[in-house]
Amino acid sequence: MRTYLLFGLVACLILGTGILQSWNSALLILNMGLVSAVMALGVNLQWGLAGLFNVGVMGFVALGGLAVVLISMPPVGAAWSAGGGQILLGLVLGAATIVGAVLVWAKTQGRIRGWATGGVLLIGLVVYRMVLDPAVDRVEDVDPALAGYLGGLGLPVLIAWPVGGLLAAGAAYVIGKTALGLRSDYLAIATLGIAEIVIAILKNEDWMARGVKNVIGLPRPVPYEVDLQNDPAFVERAAGFGLDATTASTLYVKLEYGLLFAMVLILLLVLSQLALNSPWGRMMRAIRDNETAARAMGKDVKARHLQVFILGSAICGIAGAMMTTLDGQLTPGSYQPLRYTFLIWVMVIVGGSGNNLGAVLGGFLIWFLWVQVEPMGQLLMTGITAGLADGSWLKDHLLDSVQHMRLLTMGLILLLVLRLNPRGLLPER
Amino acid sequence: MDFLNGIVALANFVLIPAVAYGSQLALGALGVTLIYGILRFSNFAHGDTMAMGTMFAVLVTWGLQAMGVGLGPFPTALLAIPFGIAGAAALVLLTDKYVYSFYRAQKAKPVILVIVSMGVMFIYNGLTRIVIGPDDQRFADGERFVISAREFREITGLAEGLALRTSQVITVITAVVVVAALFWFLNKTRTGKSMRAFSDNEDLALLSGINPERVVLVTWLIVATLATVAGVLYGLDKSFKPFTYFQLLLPIFAAAIVGGLGNPLGAIAGGFVIAFSEVGITYAWKKVLTYFMPPALEPEGLVQILSTEYKFAVSFVILVIVLLFRPTGLFRGKAL
Repeated sequence: MRTYLLFGLVACLILGTGILQSWNSALLILNMGLVSAVMALGVNLQWGLAGLFNVGVMGFVALGGLAVVLISMPPVGAAWSAGGGQILLGLVLGAATIVGAVLVWAKTQGRIRGWATGGVLLIGLVVYRMVLDPAVDRVEDVDPALAGYLGGLGLPVLIAWPVGGLLAAGAAYVIGKTALGLRSDYLAIATLGIAEIVIAILKNEDWMARGVKNVIGLPRPVPYEVDLQNDPAFVERAAGFGLDATTASTLYVKLEYGLLFAMVLILLLVLSQLALNSPWGRMMRAIRDNETAARAMGKDVKARHLQVFILGSAICGIAGAMMTTLDGQLTPGSYQPLRYTFLIWVMVIVGGSGNNLGAVLGGFLIWFLWVQVEPMGQLLMTGITAGLADGSWLKDHLLDSVQHMRLLTMGLILLLVLRLNPRGLLPER
Repeated sequence: MDFLNGIVALANFVLIPAVAYGSQLALGALGVTLIYGILRFSNFAHGDTMAMGTMFAVLVTWGLQAMGVGLGPFPTALLAIPFGIAGAAALVLLTDKYVYSFYRAQKAKPVILVIVSMGVMFIYNGLTRIVIGPDDQRFADGERFVISAREFREITGLAEGLALRTSQVITVITAVVVVAALFWFLNKTRTGKSMRAFSDNEDLALLSGINPERVVLVTWLIVATLATVAGVLYGLDKSFKPFTYFQLLLPIFAAAIVGGLGNPLGAIAGGFVIAFSEVGITYAWKKVLTYFMPPALEPEGLVQILSTEYKFAVSFVILVIVLLFRPTGLFRGKAL
């Protein structure tokens, strides 16, 4: 009952936005709400089901975004012939170095161990840089204003969504292998670190996804507005609804995105629910509630944690790919930890950790607030500063700071929910 | 001569910046490690506590500058540090009273406190941005250099210059004074000993009549002091930008974990380990190497292992190596 009421409330909020502001912004909130809900689902799998503290959501989301570029952009032929093969060779050599170092470490003993491993790493690094660097320079010189990178595979963009999940899962495997099984704080710091590194790589490795020059004009899974406006059949149908062609086309495109996202969300939600209620889900909760007891029952706690950590991160990767597809561009500079990691956490905690529907609800509700706090704050600040003279220093400063109200509001919401209703809006059953 | 030049270049570009940065990180990591030792959670709001303390100090600095009060060759900010500490102390004590104390009374799990500190982080972050704005703020004044590169060249007649900035000297001196005072306090005073006892074994400490609220209060006061001093020194050395302070969280935590969470000595060692590796790995060694190597072997490239944008990766890799091979840190953690 409570579930229906709360979801009804969110629906009313979004419909209200449509009626009071515009249907375009309502659909925009809905679409990003769907994406946020998927991210919250992933974090909820890790935190709610297994009690793992992942503060690197941003990194996994960004990897999903990278997948969109690598899969869907057309390959840049000139760049490939300039140094594509050599870059791949360099990456293989880099990977081989790491594998070699691990092997040497495992096979040797005693004093020689450290030196041998260090030697392999050093030689490997030098060779890797010698192969990679010139090729990277050549690739980045190819038409730097428009390309300067290798481009992607030119495949349909929808393939990028699962691939984004795979990329995120790979990163999660590496992190989980090192940091799981230690104190929970260590996983937190390790994930915080990997997120920063992913963003640093995206910003600086121009040959891969153009770095801070951004990749724009990503292919879309839905038709373009211009094409729709030039399609007489569409214009006629739009007129039937009493809409002009421009508005109708933007609404139509957003609706189609919304449908695609909703399909992904429902699929993942059903899977999560099945997992939650399966023997596997019961085992995960048993591990979360009492690790020692679960271990005594013969459960491999570390392997289960690794499994659920990878699954949750993969979901975040899928959501990241969906978001980049919606944006139509990859802008590494726009990834902020407060927005992409900690906000998702607020969603999960507010919605109700351990409850998949709660996470989805939190995703919609918090995203709605995140978008709408700014206009509300604007209103509030205008009210407060009404008494001050126009152009006074304080008034300008206060009006300027409205955009930072969201952080404050989100912090307050998180603290209030944790204090008054720590189980969230939809508690775990 | 080449040898001397090489040493000077090394000192100028690697040693001095790393020592200054290491002192700042060590002060930050000390705050994190104290909270971990006494209150038993990883405080994600620490970077923003530093930002808040520094912000108070910056505002007071501007006020003093406007009034024409200064310290001559020293930065005015030094005068403002006590005000910054007072502001930060008031802030963290209020936060503790209205936020953390509730969970302490409940004996909540540490991870809940970490999430709570995330909420606090949001609020501090928002407050800093509302009051002072998200942009870069410079507040350093006074003499910029103790010795500038040109003066050094003229005095010594070497080809390489050695620039020693006032902020770097102040950073190191302040850090030494603060750390010495902290260790004196922890080891010699009654309150400090009670803090160590509390960190070592809470139940035993309570049984022997140590007042936990007092220990917590003193801890927060020390943490506010350390955070503000670290923040102001970092701001004088580089510049004050709220987002950078938030990002400092990663190297600071890496330093605390590398040294061993809960171990103050480890936090200092960890700070320098992280700082030296960060500066050493992102520095282009060509200049230094050309002095030491015979001309035939002179390196062609810049001999820079990673570009400066990857400095976070360095703290991270060191963190991972420590987690893999010595999860308790260089100094065994968890005991003040």
